[in-house]
Amino acid sequence: MTKYRINKTRFVDQTKTVSFTFDGKKYHGFEGDTLASALLSNGIHLIGRSFKYHRPRGIMSCGSEEPNAICQINDNTDLTEPNVRATEIELYEGLKASSQNCWPSLNFDIGGINNLISPFIPAGFYYKTFMWPKSFWKKIYEPLIRLSAGLGKSPTQPDPDIYDHKHEHCHVLVIGGGISGIISAKIAAKNNLKTILIEDKNILGGSTIYQNNKNFIIDNQKSNEWLMNEISELEKLDNLIIKTRTSLAAFHSYNYLLAKENISDHLPLDKKNGSIRQRLWKIRADKVIVAAGAIERPLIFNNNDRPGIILANSVKKYLDFYGVSTGLNNIIFTNNDSAYETAVSLFEKGISVKIVDIRKKSSSNIVKNAEDQGIKIYWNSTVVNTFGYKKIKSIEIMNLSEDGSNVTGNKHKIQCDCLSISGGWTPMVHMHTQSGGKLDFRELDQVFVPTEKSENHINVGSCNGDLELEEIVKNTNNKVKKFLNINEGGFDKISVLCSKESEKKNIWLLPNTISESKTKSFIDFQNDSTAKDIKLALREGFKSIEHVKRYTTTGMATDQGKLSNMHALGIIADTAGVKMGTLGTTTFRPPFTPLTFGAIVGRSVGKFFDIVRKTSIHEWHVQNNAKFENVGQWKRPWYYPINNENFHEAVQRESKAARDSAGILDASTLGKIDIQGSDASEFLNRVYTNAWSKLGIGKCRYGLMLNEDGMVYDDGVTTRLGENHYLMTTTTGGAANVLSKLEDYLQTEWPELDVYLTSVTDHYSTASICGPNSKKILKKLFPNKDFSDEAFPHMSYQDAMIDKIECRIMRISFTGELSYEINVESKYGKSLWENCIAAGVEYKITPYGTETMHLLRAEKGFIIVGQDTDGTMTPIDLQMDWIVSKKKYDFIGKRSLYRSDTMREDRKQLVGLLTDDPNEILEEGAQIVSELDKKPVEMIGHVTSSYFSPNLNKSIALAVVKGGKKMKGQKLFVPMENKNINVTVSDFIFLDKENKRINA
Amino acid sequence: MFVINCPYCGERDQSEFSCGGEAHIVRPKQPTELSDDEWAEYLFMRKNIKGVQFERWNHAHGCRKWFNMVRDTSNDKIHAVYKMGEKPPVI
Repeated sequence: MTKYRINKTRFVDQTKTVSFTFDGKKYHGFEGDTLASALLSNGIHLIGRSFKYHRPRGIMSCGSEEPNAICQINDNTDLTEPNVRATEIELYEGLKASSQNCWPSLNFDIGGINNLISPFIPAGFYYKTFMWPKSFWKKIYEPLIRLSAGLGKSPTQPDPDIYDHKHEHCHVLVIGGGISGIISAKIAAKNNLKTILIEDKNILGGSTIYQNNKNFIIDNQKSNEWLMNEISELEKLDNLIIKTRTSLAAFHSYNYLLAKENISDHLPLDKKNGSIRQRLWKIRADKVIVAAGAIERPLIFNNNDRPGIILANSVKKYLDFYGVSTGLNNIIFTNNDSAYETAVSLFEKGISVKIVDIRKKSSSNIVKNAEDQGIKIYWNSTVVNTFGYKKIKSIEIMNLSEDGSNVTGNKHKIQCDCLSISGGWTPMVHMHTQSGGKLDFRELDQVFVPTEKSENHINVGSCNGDLELEEIVKNTNNKVKKFLNINEGGFDKISVLCSKESEKKNIWLLPNTISESKTKSFIDFQNDSTAKDIKLALREGFKSIEHVKRYTTTGMATDQGKLSNMHALGIIADTAGVKMGTLGTTTFRPPFTPLTFGAIVGRSVGKFFDIVRKTSIHEWHVQNNAKFENVGQWKRPWYYPINNENFHEAVQRESKAARDSAGILDASTLGKIDIQGSDASEFLNRVYTNAWSKLGIGKCRYGLMLNEDGMVYDDGVTTRLGENHYLMTTTTGGAANVLSKLEDYLQTEWPELDVYLTSVTDHYSTASICGPNSKKILKKLFPNKDFSDEAFPHMSYQDAMIDKIECRIMRISFTGELSYEINVESKYGKSLWENCIAAGVEYKITPYGTETMHLLRAEKGFIIVGQDTDGTMTPIDLQMDWIVSKKKYDFIGKRSLYRSDTMREDRKQLVGLLTDDPNEILEEGAQIVSELDKKPVEMIGHVTSSYFSPNLNKSIALAVVKGGKKMKGQKLFVPMENKNINVTVSDFIFLDKENKRINA
Repeated sequence: MFVINCPYCGERDQSEFSCGGEAHIVRPKQPTELSDDEWAEYLFMRKNIKGVQFERWNHAHGCRKWFNMVRDTSNDKIHAVYKMGEKPPVI
């Protein structure tokens, strides 16, 4: 055993040695240790440097509230993780930990100079200093700040671990496996309620499990012995799930909770293989019992942050749970009775201990015990300073004045190697407030306690403000019985004896002889905020606690102010002279402790990140070297390079081939909605801008759909398949939204219409063949069909068969070429496609992707909703007046087209742009100006689509320009980083305005 | 995350639903006869109440039906759900 491992306990197996490294040096601990307890057993207190002043910092607590002892785990591997609390990580063989925020080393840290210049870097220093000169920001200030910011290092490689999500439902969820949680879970489970008990530590029992003080007796046993028996009984219950190493992350409304289970973090690397690292439980519980416990408060005095200054109950846990003494010459500094348990425990193991108490006396049993044992107690005293750079060596104490606002008498110096501090207890009300609960301030012991109004959750034990053993046990029993509507709790006749605290005193900021500006009394240890920072913020006019928090960064570190929030509030209240209860608290937001990104995303990584939709022809595209682009969730062929063609070359070749001979496009992704019912025509009349009543059966029509505000929402061709039967197509990306919008109108505005909508997007595959030779290819595919313009005109549809496969053929065109779209059931899509390719070989049929499709339609001046429109374009802006019915009484968006704003003549309007240099291709999104010298530059529009047209052998672009309709022929400019491009406004139909090709 | 009692399917998680904003705003029968101001009132003006609010909800990842819901936005308590066309309850 090491010098500091002075005690054997049942929680640490001292027969099983575990070796680990800290900052490259090898140490030993035992199975059951945390990294913190193992380091302390080796006499190591100094763990890291503080965030701002780089002051040496040590282990301060034993749980999730730890602000100082945060480490980097598994350096330089893909498993590396920053900001891990040494107090929470369970020791395993081969664990590699290192200190953070120090350079070149923990013992000699250059950044320590910040401590010396600290008078010049108070709260708000960054805001005030880096304001000017403006030009310094980008090149000097920002890189400097970035260099000094942050604690650990983020991993640079993908996370190799597996994470999981799981849903769970239960009658009762108990949060916290301390004594009140155990009592609650037992009552619930024994009454046939499906119960889940979660506990963030590896074993149940909370702080009672190591409470071996003889003043705490339950049913004639020491409280730890009694609880041990309860736990073994609990583990036998059938309808109880106990989840240890599981911490609550969030408590949402309607009792929906997230809890993170650590499954393999405590296992050695070679035993983790393949196992899930963490699981996020999504729990919906009928009733929730919060038994989250309380966290001990520090005391705020000058230099209260040195390594070796530890919370008193944590010292007791290291001693009685891990068997480790945090020091051999202890002083306990307290304002309450609970720290005396630590003193007695140390004394009984023969370790030197003295007590400094700010109170004048205390008459409780536990204090009498300490006095009887001869422990030296300095009453009515406070610590005014501490000494020792990397480890505490001594303290100075003084007497308090009568009212506690000042110090009197002489300074008295006492040597020590550990200072335990206790400022009382803070109930963990985070869960309660996360769920929407409110808090009351209890003056007696200066705590916020839950105000209970919810029917579906309660708080029990110390998180409810019950801090003494007797009230914890009895109140928990009574409350849970009432909450679950149970008559017999099983703990009704229990006898509890405990020491009771009668004298209470609290001073948020302890007085000192030296002026405040020369002290460093830390409130937020991790973010290095001190009491004087808070007072500075108040002097500078910050009043709201939320503002003070942000200005001083108090409570904003990775520990989320678990130790600091109460003191910040207390000091604000004292300084401002208001009651603490009136200040309110900052908002407690989830997660309670940091969550890994892995736990949040679970399995939704890599190929499971999002749904991938592929057409039935996808495999053919892959085999034929297609490059894909994502359109919504769809994978669409973008272009098909041959040999070493680049993107531009492939698109130019495809575009030319489609106009010269024949091209083929997979159009299966277009949204398809089947519309049936006796009012289908009337419905279309109301949702499209043009008229539909007279569309003959077997005919197709292009339609434009607006929002009620008059802006273009979607477009597509709809075909009348029968008297009461239409097939609507939508844009690929808009399909789901269009269906939902149509359903909305149908269900809520026009329920009287007899119309049924069905999404059939995935039901059909579509091959679109275009080009002057497309008719010849169709004739080969359907030899019995008459494709003459008389029998099968443009904008019409016919049924046909290939073998036994039913096809719907629409003669419609998005390219301006003669064009046919063949639809078949999706399972025949690939077969249809291969037939088309085979039939087209002699015409050199060329598969083309979305880029060529975009280029061809731009040549023809057809818009793409979402590319040439952005939710602010009316059909009039798009110069599509022809499609807006003047005769129809109403359609969605009609009235908005006559609003004063939509009728403005200087709205952005769709135009064509030609560059003076035909080889210059504009950038999509580039701004357009009419005057280059005007300042500020007035931007009158932007480029929406731009291509080099191989068929016209020049650059073409579509753009929206203010008042563009009247600007044809006008010269404009597109300013780029290095040059101005001269352009001329043109018609936006660049090719075949007479529609000769479509009707060829 | 709420539990919403869809009038057609029963209790489901909120993630299956989408909210469509304020309920009981009827689309004018004769839009062309409205002034710009009157049309703007219908088009843009929505209440955002802290307290009891009548809302439209859609069981988007379920039966796809729209229905109405009365919710207290200050505490997310759902007072009632009812089908489209039904009279709003008095809360």
